[in-house]
This record gives sequence, C-alpha cells and structure tokens, in this order.
Amino acid sequence: MRIPVETYELDNGLFVTLSEDHTAPIVAVNLWYHVGSANERIGRTGFAHLFEHMLFQGSAHVGSNEHFELIQRAGGTLNGSTWLERTNYFETVPSHQLALALWLEADRMGDLLPAMTQEKLDTQRDVVKNERRWAVDNQPYGTMLEKLQELAFPSTHPFHHSLIGSMEDLSEASLDDIAQFFATYYTPDNAVLSIAGDFERGEAQRLIAEYFGSIPRGRGKPPLPPMNLPPVFGRPAREVVPDDVSLSRLFLAFRSPVFGSAEYYAASVTSAVLGLRKGSRLHRSLVRDRQIASDAASYTFDLAKGSDLLVVDVTARPEIPPAQLEEEVEREIDAVYREGVTQLEVNRAIALIETDLVSSLQSAGERADRLSMFATYFRKPELINEQAAAYRAVTVDRVNALIAERLGPDNRASLMYVPRDGVESEPMLAAAVSAG
Amino acid sequence: MVTAVRPRPSQPREYRFPRFTEEVLANGLRLVVAPVKKLPLVTILVVVDAGSTIDPPGKEGLAALTADALLEGTREFDGAQLTERFEQLGTAVESGADWDSAFIKLTVLADHLDEAASLLGEAIASPAFPEREIERLKAERLAEILQLETEPRGLADEKFTEFVYAANSRYAKSDAGTAQSVAALSRSDVQSFFRGQYRSDSMTIVMAGAITPVMARDLVAKAFGRWASGAAERRALVASPRAATRTVNIVSKPDAPQSELRVGHVGLPRKHPDFFPAMVMNAVLGGLFGSRINMNLREEHGYTYGASSYFDWRRGPGPFVVATAVQSEVTAAALREIFSEIDRIRTDRITDEELSLACDYLDGVFPIRYETTTAIASALANLVIYALSDDYYDTYRKRVREVTLDDVLRAARAHLHPGKMQTVIVGDATAIKDSVAQLDLGELRVYAAQDD
Repeated sequence: MRIPVETYELDNGLFVTLSEDHTAPIVAVNLWYHVGSANERIGRTGFAHLFEHMLFQGSAHVGSNEHFELIQRAGGTLNGSTWLERTNYFETVPSHQLALALWLEADRMGDLLPAMTQEKLDTQRDVVKNERRWAVDNQPYGTMLEKLQELAFPSTHPFHHSLIGSMEDLSEASLDDIAQFFATYYTPDNAVLSIAGDFERGEAQRLIAEYFGSIPRGRGKPPLPPMNLPPVFGRPAREVVPDDVSLSRLFLAFRSPVFGSAEYYAASVTSAVLGLRKGSRLHRSLVRDRQIASDAASYTFDLAKGSDLLVVDVTARPEIPPAQLEEEVEREIDAVYREGVTQLEVNRAIALIETDLVSSLQSAGERADRLSMFATYFRKPELINEQAAAYRAVTVDRVNALIAERLGPDNRASLMYVPRDGVESEPMLAAAVSAG
Repeated sequence: MVTAVRPRPSQPREYRFPRFTEEVLANGLRLVVAPVKKLPLVTILVVVDAGSTIDPPGKEGLAALTADALLEGTREFDGAQLTERFEQLGTAVESGADWDSAFIKLTVLADHLDEAASLLGEAIASPAFPEREIERLKAERLAEILQLETEPRGLADEKFTEFVYAANSRYAKSDAGTAQSVAALSRSDVQSFFRGQYRSDSMTIVMAGAITPVMARDLVAKAFGRWASGAAERRALVASPRAATRTVNIVSKPDAPQSELRVGHVGLPRKHPDFFPAMVMNAVLGGLFGSRINMNLREEHGYTYGASSYFDWRRGPGPFVVATAVQSEVTAAALREIFSEIDRIRTDRITDEELSLACDYLDGVFPIRYETTTAIASALANLVIYALSDDYYDTYRKRVREVTLDDVLRAARAHLHPGKMQTVIVGDATAIKDSVAQLDLGELRVYAAQDD
C-alpha cells in the first residue's frame, strides 16, 4: 500500500509535500519548523515552546486568538506542539477551506512581529507556567521527561535541558527574544509544508505560491553544538526521586540508534518485543506471571540526532519496594541481554507495528504530520511508504545484535520514582541519588 | 509581504456519513456493517448491554471486571496464549465497560480478519475466567485506585461525582468500583454477571472498514455461532443529587502548586429533547477553545493552561461540569469568573457571532470526526447504545443549524442551576480556604485525599 507523495521547493527554500486522497472532503495542512528546545540558548529554557504559544496570538493581518476562531468557524481542528528537535503547527479543515488554513500559516510565517505585545507575552507566560504546573509539577511522574533528559545527556548537550523550561527562564523571556528567535528560525528555508487529503494539485500549488512565495529566505541559523555521543553511557547513571506518588515507577533508558538509521528499526522492534502491548516480554513476565508490576511498557523517543533513547517503563504493585522493582526489571533485561529474543517475539512485534503504521495513515492530519517529519529530518517524505518494508526487513539476528550492543550493563540510565512517605524505609535507595 | 486579503472558501463538497446495514441474525445477534473503502483495515466492535449501571449494589466494579476478564482465557487457551494469538495477527484486543455498555474491540489488517474474528468469537463465547487472573485484575484495579490519591485530575473527577450524586446512586461511585467493592468481588460474581448480561439480545457486533455486509454476515455466523438467547437485565438508575443546595468541598493536597477545580451538578440524559440546544449552549460557554470560560480564564487572565465545560452524556443524567486547573493563588478569583460566566449565559442572549461560531464548528467538523474505522464503529455503536434513529448522523448537521439564540438562552436557564452548583477543589486547603469561603458558594468542608 502506497500513498501518493509529490515534493517541490519554492525559491525561498520552503519545502512542499503534497499527498492527495479524495475519499472524504477533508484536507490537512501541516508545517514543521526545524527548531525545538535543542536550539535554545542558555538561560532561555522553555523558549521554543513559549514561542509556539505566541504564534497563536495574531500576526500582521490576524488578530489575537483569531487564528483559532477562524479555523474553528471553518469547521476545522488545529494545534501546535514543541519537541526537542522541531515545532509543528497543523490544521485539518473541510476541503473548501484550504486557502484559509494556508493563508493563516503564511501570515504568521511572513509577518508575525507587528502583532507581538508585552501584554500578550505576559499572559502567555502565565499560561505556560500553568501548563508546567499542570503537566509537570502537579502530576505524578510529571518531571519524568526533564529528569530523564538531564540524566541521559551530558550537561553541554542540546538535549540535556528541560523542554517546558524552568519558571526562572520563562520569567526572563522578552519581546527582543521573540524578534530574534522569529528572524532566526521561522523562515521558509527552515520549514516544511505538507498538505494531505482532498485538494486539487494545481490549485494548491497556486495558493502556496501566492501566500508563501513572497516570504524572504532566512539568513541561516547558528549550528547546534556537536550532538554525537558514544553508543553507550559507559558507566551506569541513576537517580532516585522521592515524589508525591503512590506507586514506585522505574524508567530505565538505553542509548539507542538515531531515528531513521538502519539500526533504528531493530531498536524499535526491540522496544516492541520488550514492552508493546500485553503479549510483550515485560508485560507478560512482570505484570501477568510474577505480578510485581501493575504496568509495563517500552518505547523509543525517536530522536533523529545525536542519540535516541530506548526506554523501559515499569510501575510497581503497591506492595513491591522500589529496590525489588529495580532488581526484577534489571534481571529481565539481563536475561534478554544474555539470551536474546526469539523469532516469534520479533514476528509479534512487527505484526503489531505494521497494523499501527496502516492505522495511522487513516487520518489526513497524521499523514501530513508524518510527511512533514520525514521531510524535516531527511528531506525524503516518500519514506512514509517505506516504513513497513523497513520493519519487515528486521530479522531476529539484527534484533539480537542490537541487544548485544545496546542493552548491556554499561548502557543503562535508571530513573526511579518512589513514594515520598516510603523513603525512610529505603535509606539505601534514597542515598543513591546522583550519576549522569 | 503576505496578502492582507482574506481568502474565501471555495465550493463545499458533499459529505455523507458512511452508509451502513443493520440486521438481526438467526442467532439473535445484531450486526451493523459500514463498508469503508480506504485502507485495508477492519475494526470489529462488540457492544454488550453490560455497563456499570447494572452493577448490583455493593458490587460496584463488577461490570468492568467482567469485561476485563473476558480476554483472560478460554477453555482451550490460557490468557497469555490468547493474547499471543491475537498479537501474532498484528492486533491487540481491548475490552472494558463504561456506564452504559461493555465493549470488546480490535482493529486488524484485512488479510488477518478471518482468523481474528474467529478467535474473538471464541474468546467471548467461552471465557474461562481463571481465578488467578481475576485476582490479578482486581489487584491492578486496587493499585489504580491507590494511584488516584496522588493524581489531582483523576481525584478531582472522582470526588466531584461523589459530591454531586446521592450516596445510593450508582453514579456516585467510580464506574470501575471502589477499593472496598472491588476487594469483595469474586470469580462466581463474574461468572453470574456474564451469564446474566452477555446474551444474544443484548449484543451488537459492529464492523467498519474493508468489508461488505455479506462477508460480515458469513464471518459472524461462523465465529459468533452459539449464544444463549434472551434479554439481559436492566437495573433502575437512581440519579438524584446529594445536596439540595450549593456546597464547596476542598480535598486537601498540601503545597499543591495548582488547584484542580470542578463545578457542576446533575445534568441531562443523552436522549433529552434539548440535546442539541444544550450542546450548542455548552460550546459557547466552555466547549471550544474560543468559548467564554476558556477565553476568560486562559487568554484574558492567564490563570490556567485551559478551562472547559461539558455535559457527560449517558443513558441516565450524567453530570454537567466545568473543569480547570488554576495556580493556587488565583483559586477564588477563578471560581468567581466561572460562576459569573454561568450567570451571564443565563441572563442575556448570546450574540449572533457566538452562535455562528458554535454551529459552524459543530457542523463543519462533522466529517473530520469520522476519518478512522474505530471512530465510525464507535459512532454506530452509539446508535445502538442510546437507541438513536438510523438517520441520526444524516440529520445531525441540520439539527445543529436549527438551534436559535432563544433556544440557547432557554437551554441555559433550564439546565444550568447556579443555586445547585457543587464545587470540588483538589488543592492546598490552608492557602486557599479563606478566600474561597468569602465567595459564599455554599457550605465549605475540607477533606483528606483518602477520606471516603
């Protein structure tokens, strides 16, 4: 099964991908800017994400919050999101509203700054601080992402610092920062535009040229510091976090081949063997058979530069002390490291992944987002059609080679959340904070 | 730079909700099939009239446990083997129960449909309900309940329904049961619930995707052959409010950086004649990003990352609720704004612009809701669960458009009751208590998280 993919580039460097599908009168517009928290400077953690909020505060010809209103009035859905390596903006609209979605995206790419005010920045700063309180500070295990980043990446690495940012850094962000960030990163040559769904090719190209064609190319962005890392941590890293949680939970991370590399697919299959759905190795062993965990999962972060992370995520049963949880998970991983996994386990993992790949192509929005992802990272959106084959080509030997290289005791970073009240009964664990 | 001229929409293309067939098979099962020609995928969704409102008093959580345990083994395979067989086909079956029904669902590539369907038919026709797996599922549910004590959002939802509904209402307790009720459930409870509720007359199989009605009929006849006939039990639902007047209930979470807020009361049943006016009214009040409550609390004041309101539509009158999380210092200020928005929408007509925003959105977004086989299957299941007419989805957009300014005002006055609002706050009681008390929103009490 293949979806149509056509690409071209405007003179100003905007990379465009078109993928037609006329089964329903729906069209998705999706922009990825190749900038994320990794591009933030010291003292401005959280800025890429705060900036994303500001992109909904109007532009030269669009009022504050009008972007939301116009798209919803058109019967569309929309949002944006920020990640370590990219920021995306997307809307899905009835197909006769394609021009509106493109024009709104072009207006804020071309001419954002006239709409920026101190008052809007102050309000969005408060909103983002509340987002941090809601998703991170007042949520069990909410600090997991930032703590894992800290633990798994050296302090000088662009993936080391928090994506949502510290309260102090958020307070410091200024309108000057907005202007500078916009000029540096929000340029057509640092973006890709994907359209998927019900549109007419000639008309879409005409609209793209009309709205985006006049936006000037950027002056280039500063290079990221060196991102490459050794394939393994070298020495074990661990941190114990006493937190307001009821159940201990272990995040065990491994350095893993970057997203899109040939070895990545073996790593992705490995994580599925370990922890995708209830038939996976860890779920079956720790949740079903031994009953020491109430949940077990594994996944990759899909980072395309430096090093990806493969994460094993196991939540203890209430009666299981954290030390035992850690021991039992390590024992499972050691067994996999020693003995490898079987052909049947690999078959199961690939079969599940393949169904997920096809399911994900059902919605125009997801199609467009994946096209943008492959275009941003590799300039090859047509990779969307090669994923199933890439997974099917993963043999049990490749998986076991990956395991031998990456799941050893020299490549583990352990982040353990323990109930705060229970800390006293586990003095050894509580004292073991450190590493990285 | 970019042109100032706003684009105009082009000619809209017609959209119709997928055609579907509906029939009752010889074995008594109802079959609903929506062929969708797009990708080689099929979703099978089995809905059973075996939701949590049928839980016997004292056995809250039985419907959920029965649905969970359904896939834990047959006479032939144990739970691990059954899971393995499904997953080797590239599909993971999920089962569960909500208030109104139990469901078992899977999505599979068309190549594996026959095998997946026959395995599913076998699994739900002859579940073994092994004692060991039932005890494990109970323990996992108990862990989840414990987890909730430190999870402010879930805790606020749970406490809210507890304070809204009378103690003898099934809605007052979580649909998956309480620590006490779940601990008392046994294998024989599960077996007898299964025998009583999982019967041909109470079961509907929905299939959507790369399939035709003829194929589906064959498949179901083969895979879901043998079923005990007869109708399942229905239990009368009590849904009266706990308090006749307003109350404020603070669930203490010392040093919490935010307060999780829930404000509301007993709402409306799904089949209420004012469903459309109430839905449009809520869209203006708190159902959209651009709604009054979100624009006020988030975009005007920066109190929150988001605020919304909704009717939780169920067969019985589920709650109406305003939900948000605000930084602790502004708890009282945020509550004042919420109550003032509720008063405002009951006092004056909304504007033409507000009505058109809500209606244009609900009308326009309709096709976008049904892009996937799972979304289509679940929409079709709702026709059965709520006994909606076959043309419900074909007339939905028209009925949204028919709602007027006066309908919205009438719905707000009839179905929002400022004098009956129950307020629940999970937050730092010491820091917020005095300022909240000054708002005079009813008798105020403070509770610990693990209080019953």
